[in-house]
Amino acid sequence: MATAHEIAAEDFSAVVTKHRPQVFRFLLSSTRDVDLAETLTQECFLKAHRNWASFRGESSAMTWLMRIAINLQKDHWRNRRMQFWRKTQVNSVELDEASEWLPSGERSAEQKLLARERVAQVGKAVEKLSERQRTVFLLRYVEERDLNEIAQATGLNEGTIKAHLSRALAKVRAELGGKR
Amino acid sequence: MSLEEKTDRVSEMRGLNTIEDELTPELDLALREFRLSVHAWSEAVMNRPRLALVDAPRRQVWRLAAGWALSCVLIAGGISAGVFVHRKQPVNVAQVRPPEQQRLAAAPDSKPDTRPETIQNIQQARHEDEDLLAKVDSDVSRAVPSAMEPLAQLMAGDESK
Repeated sequence: MATAHEIAAEDFSAVVTKHRPQVFRFLLSSTRDVDLAETLTQECFLKAHRNWASFRGESSAMTWLMRIAINLQKDHWRNRRMQFWRKTQVNSVELDEASEWLPSGERSAEQKLLARERVAQVGKAVEKLSERQRTVFLLRYVEERDLNEIAQATGLNEGTIKAHLSRALAKVRAELGGKR
Repeated sequence: MSLEEKTDRVSEMRGLNTIEDELTPELDLALREFRLSVHAWSEAVMNRPRLALVDAPRRQVWRLAAGWALSCVLIAGGISAGVFVHRKQPVNVAQVRPPEQQRLAAAPDSKPDTRPETIQNIQQARHEDEDLLAKVDSDVSRAVPSAMEPLAQLMAGDESK
């Protein structure tokens, strides 16, 4: 984890180059809307740039950026007075469409089909999660953040995060037809 | 204490490893594939070619519009002036025609006047003109100063030769 002194030495443009793909990916998987994800990513870095001087490095730059991104996303939906996820159906794409981007590797056609189905099922389960559960789930299983980072990014305590993860996993498992 | 709070407490007591230890191989595989597909999707979206829509600066737009408007006005003016001149020209020709031509144009079948009185009048007018010119010549010759008389006589002698 980069400290304040290490980060202070970094040029902000280097931070953008390094972390933009992750921030965008998180926002894209959360919103399922390419345009919205791009807009929020821009806003996120704009806000980060404005507050760069006040960044004390208590957390990593990535965690700090994720926190900004999560807040921007919340603000966006709150301002629009829309229910997250449900109302995005018009402009957004189905998350299970992401299954089309599954790297083919060296698998057979049948294995690819099964993999697509599994990805689509996970996508459906993610759709049904609450906002917090989805955020925590995506940070953990898509962005591969550890509990401490998720806690700093979301402002939740680790126990709550574990609870959200546990519920989210239960829903995903149920969608996949597995038994607890 | 609500059920949710109780769950939170239980979860807090359990480690993340405990939660993830419960992952079946199928669930683990599905989560890994989901992660890969989201990563690939995001990368594809980020690397897609983008069309940059650049608005022409307003100044240029105004200049272009003004240029076109001015050109149109000039062309329209040129054309209308040409048409006006073209229509106006025959009238002007008619206006500048000499009176004789007008007379001839008004009576194209009229023949020259050959009556004897008219011919006599014309001949008389010619004689009068010739007499007048001769009188003028004699008056001018009389006006030669006396000092120049010998020279005038010489010139008259030369002319007679």
